[in-house]
Amino acid sequence: MPDNRKALTILGAGKLGIVLAQLAVRAGYVVYIAGSAGAEKIRLTVQVLAPGAIAATADDAIRQSDIVILALPLGKYRTIPKELLADKLVIDAMNYWWEVDGERDDLANPQSSSSEVVRDYLGNPRLVKAFSHMGYHHLLDEAKPSGSPGRKAIAVAGDNQTDNESVAALVNDLGFDPLLIGPLHAGKQLEPGHEAFGANVDAGTLRQYVGL
Amino acid sequence: MTHKPDESDKSGKKPRTEKPISFGLDSFGDIPTDDTGQLMTYAGAIRQVVKEAVLADKLGIDVIALGEHHRSDFSISSPETVLAGIATRTKNIKLASGVTVLSSDDPVRVFERFATLDALSNGRAQIILGRGSFTESFPLFGYELRDYEVLFEEKVQLMAEILKEKPVTWTGTTRAPLAGAEIYPRTESGRIHTSIGVGGSPESVIRAARYGFPLMLAVIGGSPERFVPYVELYKQAGAQFGTPTDEIGLHSPGFIADTDEEAVETAWPAHKINFDRIGHSRGWPPLKREHFDEEVAKYSLHIGSPETVAQKMAKTIRTLGITRFDLVYGGGPMPAKARLHMIELYATKVIPRIRELLAEDDKPGKKAAR
Repeated sequence: MPDNRKALTILGAGKLGIVLAQLAVRAGYVVYIAGSAGAEKIRLTVQVLAPGAIAATADDAIRQSDIVILALPLGKYRTIPKELLADKLVIDAMNYWWEVDGERDDLANPQSSSSEVVRDYLGNPRLVKAFSHMGYHHLLDEAKPSGSPGRKAIAVAGDNQTDNESVAALVNDLGFDPLLIGPLHAGKQLEPGHEAFGANVDAGTLRQYVGL
Repeated sequence: MTHKPDESDKSGKKPRTEKPISFGLDSFGDIPTDDTGQLMTYAGAIRQVVKEAVLADKLGIDVIALGEHHRSDFSISSPETVLAGIATRTKNIKLASGVTVLSSDDPVRVFERFATLDALSNGRAQIILGRGSFTESFPLFGYELRDYEVLFEEKVQLMAEILKEKPVTWTGTTRAPLAGAEIYPRTESGRIHTSIGVGGSPESVIRAARYGFPLMLAVIGGSPERFVPYVELYKQAGAQFGTPTDEIGLHSPGFIADTDEEAVETAWPAHKINFDRIGHSRGWPPLKREHFDEEVAKYSLHIGSPETVAQKMAKTIRTLGITRFDLVYGGGPMPAKARLHMIELYATKVIPRIRELLAEDDKPGKKAAR
């Protein structure tokens, strides 16, 4: 019997990656998740925390789906296997977090957003920023079915309208109202130091935070 | 040897053991205000913590845990020194770090300091090891953030060896090797109670189980319920490694006053200053009152009257099946008087009420309130 479920790959099996896997399994996706080491290292974690998701190596996980979420520490973006991501819709859920990433000139550039730095490294114009501004614990606690009162919003920023809409559909599936805020550069508004960073609010309030 | 995880754990019912729950207090030595509303000095803030610990001991609170910070808003950078001061003025209270940032410390020195504390306190020293979500200690002590993971992994491994109190032979990349090194003073019990503090990284939970360390979960935002799978992960990992996993504690912030309103209005300004100061360096916007109220109402800020806090803590204890709850108190510039009163209410009203609530659950035929 063919499996008609949508597939999703998550790179990063830390706090954020695991929460996204939990939400995606709940939403009926086939979820592949990879950490920085082999699949064995995260198998128990995935089995217990995100039952239903499939632990894999990054290479295997990427081959399994057309949508890949980056949920690793931003400081490690140069370890992402970019050649495998060339044709994929890539979602950047990462933030510059100096406490762990260290002081990094390449990431603290006030001119461009960190997602543009990642896009340039990957050489993939289909990069979309999403799931980056809300704390991982709120992501898990606040996910609600479409139409629920008080449903919270997740901002989406990207340069390709079709891709933005695909990501908006994913945001909705995972339990949040998507808010399209413009091109990838507009994702700057979601970064540390901006009003929307950490925002766990509805779409109307988030719209105000990003100045729309 | 491996053992199967207790079946009752999987049913979602409270897997509480017969062991009495231990109740603690936890502080980073935030700077309180005095009777005139002025901020105390760092030295005054440290003496205030000693005073609070003496009161807590007198009132029968089980543990005082002190965390380390190396930044202007906190007075405690050397918890075991403050604990040593407390040790000589108290009788029963356990003296714990919360946490010892092991990555930027030397496991040999950590053992030496806590074994000394253990001697001064007649065996009441406890260590909670952590990676630390704050990394200000790294540049201060000459460590590189790119070694964040290897530093903790190697040092936990070495610490586990040292705690056996036998000659240590160890080689790694993060400090000089040890060849049959004897480390003194030995403790009288032969073992310093040592846990690992975890903020939500699954890898850290598995690491704690691998070395057989008790687990201390730091729940500082969002719902405590989301940690239920982490407890399960710890137990399953322990079953695979053949290590004990019966001690699971939690550390979470709170404040208690005579009424809900007084508690919220005293905690809010101090909490906001504390949050905004940390947020400023991490890029969070200033805290809004509605988000604070939401955390109090729905999530893990245990703030309110004794009854409100007791109900909330009892719910968390039931949901997670934990054996220890350390309440982080006095966050931000709070009046010293309010902190002392909080400790009194915690010991005389909240803890007895929680024990009562949990005992009601255990009565035969009574369903646990969820």
